[in-house]
Amino acid sequence: MEYFVQQLINGITLGGVYALVALGYTMVYGIIQLINFAHGEFFAAGGYMGVIMLTWLSAQGVPPTVCLVLSLILTMGYCALLATAVEKVAYKPLRNSSRLSVLLSALGMSIFLQNGLMLTQGVYDKAYPTEMTQGGLHFGMVTLSYMQIIIVVVTAVLLVGLNTLVFRTRIGKAMRATAQDKTMSALVGINSGRIITITFAIGAGLAAAAGIMVGLYYGSVRYDMGFVPGIKAFAAAVLGGIGNITGAMLGGFIIGMVEIMAAGYLSSEYKDVFAFIILIAVLYFMPTGIMGENVDDTRV
Amino acid sequence: MTTLASKRHWASFGIGLVWFFFILWPLMGIKPEGLEFGPALEVWAKVAVAALFLFVLWGLKRQGSLDFIIAPAGRLAQSLAAPARALPRWAPILAVAALAFVFPFLNERYAIDVAINVLVYICLGLGLNVVVGLAGLLDLGYIAFYGVGAYTYALLSVHFGLSFWLCLPIAAGFAAVAGCIIGYPTLRMRGDYLAIVTLGFGEIVRIVLNNWMSLTNGPNGILGVKAPKVLWMDAGHWTLVSLRNLTGLYFVILFLAVLTIIAVHRLNFSRIGRAWEAIREDETAAQLMGVNTFALKLLAYAMGAVFGGLAGCFFAARMRFVSPESFTFMESAMVLAMVVLGGMGSIPGVILGALALIALPEVFRGFELYRMLVFGGVMAVMMILKPKGLWPAKRVGGRSEEKGHA
Repeated sequence: MEYFVQQLINGITLGGVYALVALGYTMVYGIIQLINFAHGEFFAAGGYMGVIMLTWLSAQGVPPTVCLVLSLILTMGYCALLATAVEKVAYKPLRNSSRLSVLLSALGMSIFLQNGLMLTQGVYDKAYPTEMTQGGLHFGMVTLSYMQIIIVVVTAVLLVGLNTLVFRTRIGKAMRATAQDKTMSALVGINSGRIITITFAIGAGLAAAAGIMVGLYYGSVRYDMGFVPGIKAFAAAVLGGIGNITGAMLGGFIIGMVEIMAAGYLSSEYKDVFAFIILIAVLYFMPTGIMGENVDDTRV
Repeated sequence: MTTLASKRHWASFGIGLVWFFFILWPLMGIKPEGLEFGPALEVWAKVAVAALFLFVLWGLKRQGSLDFIIAPAGRLAQSLAAPARALPRWAPILAVAALAFVFPFLNERYAIDVAINVLVYICLGLGLNVVVGLAGLLDLGYIAFYGVGAYTYALLSVHFGLSFWLCLPIAAGFAAVAGCIIGYPTLRMRGDYLAIVTLGFGEIVRIVLNNWMSLTNGPNGILGVKAPKVLWMDAGHWTLVSLRNLTGLYFVILFLAVLTIIAVHRLNFSRIGRAWEAIREDETAAQLMGVNTFALKLLAYAMGAVFGGLAGCFFAARMRFVSPESFTFMESAMVLAMVVLGGMGSIPGVILGALALIALPEVFRGFELYRMLVFGGVMAVMMILKPKGLWPAKRVGGRSEEKGHA
């Protein structure tokens, strides 16, 4: 029983991380129907920027809590900038071409960014300063580490923030309108180009937050760490019905939970396989995901 | 060109460079010891100079200042085009075939090695071309079939000592079965869902190869795969000789590549090929006209997988070693890039794509580190400049589901 509760906690932690990355996928897909392959790279870039900022800030003598919050904000800002640049260079000129072209451009960008990270940061793992997040709360056999609390809190804050942004503000309204019908929303005066850029920036910021937390959780980052979580997050987005924000969160938690439970009870080597099998099984029976697709139904 | 427009170009060029610096500097300049600008500025300056050169070149071309080179070159190409058209169709094909045949005798080891690589990727590219180019099914896990072929031969050769030539059809068969297994559940999906599911399948195959210790020896791979044997006239009598030299291997893969080219060409212009194209252009309409989309899509997966399996079988025989490392998603992306950069559905295009992506980077071997960086960049730029590929197929339309979507 304790073991199960422990796995449940681990699953929620990991699921939160996947949910954050999945949100970026789902938002971009909802608006321009593009699988942004480079999205995993924002996650990796976030991981690296996080370690750079953390070590720099703590070297300046900033107290740990402030250090964490500040580097989280700076990292998210940096990755948002990076994403807008990528969007401008690789996606904007392709707005009206076939979907395969954009997909390949995204694939190219992913390879480019990954190698850019490798060239500037080296091929070896980079260690995170983990001493500021050590320790945890103990309930009998179950441990709730401070890092897990941080992840859950940050994830919750970001998810609530995003929900407020999308469903309560003018920008969110414009985003939803653009996702529903780009031509029509442009006709009523929404600058769809700007909305797309903002969407990219927000998605990359969320992925960066996930990257920094994964770095803290596992203690190190690597230049190619973006690929597997990126794919799993995409699986999560698809699972929840791509384009659907609530679905992406749900999908993220499901994938995280499945992975942790499979690792705990079945086999840790094959944990990635279970995530993919769930994805394939769900898509086989529900070709538009659990929550259904939130874009027009002329597709699929 | 008006000056106003050119000023705007210069402004956006400048903004782009400033932007680039803002992105580059935090990665290189923030150190625990403090902030430094030297290294980032150095890299930035190099990139800026290169970008400026290309930008000026592009500006000159637009302005027409380069006409004194471009115009005569264009005229030359045009005057050469007429006699080229008059040549019978088999002439250039024969020339290429002859060149391919004498290639190993005119070049050294290293060049032959690269040529073998190119030929392997031509097989893979053409196989994927059947799935993506002809049937329009976006497959991101294609390399799994290559893996299935390679492991089939490796296992059969190490455990049962079966010969390469016998394993070739077996590997193709296993790959085709794997193609059907992957194809079946994805038949109802289209576009992006299909892409992610095939990617998932590719990863599953790699993870299984990596972890099934008792069968595949896990990440350590399988050593001691036998080289292919051929009958050879030696001192007056026929003997079985192991092909250990590169030239022999070159001819084996050349044979496989030619086989693949002929097969894909025949498929393309058969009833099946037309049906695939009909599915690619509009699946619903094709179904309405009596095309059995279920069987034909499955067949596309199986046929594509067969060529992947053949290439994989050769790969195992050539390396005499297989490990899951060789079957990552990056390889799938490479093969897909070949097909798309070369021109989807076009056989000469795919061959050109394989040449461009495998042989060209070898020329710039000195920039080893930057190879993949440039590869990624070029892939994105190519999609902007030449989305139809280097040598587009003659008959392609847009998928109906794509129209009206940006």
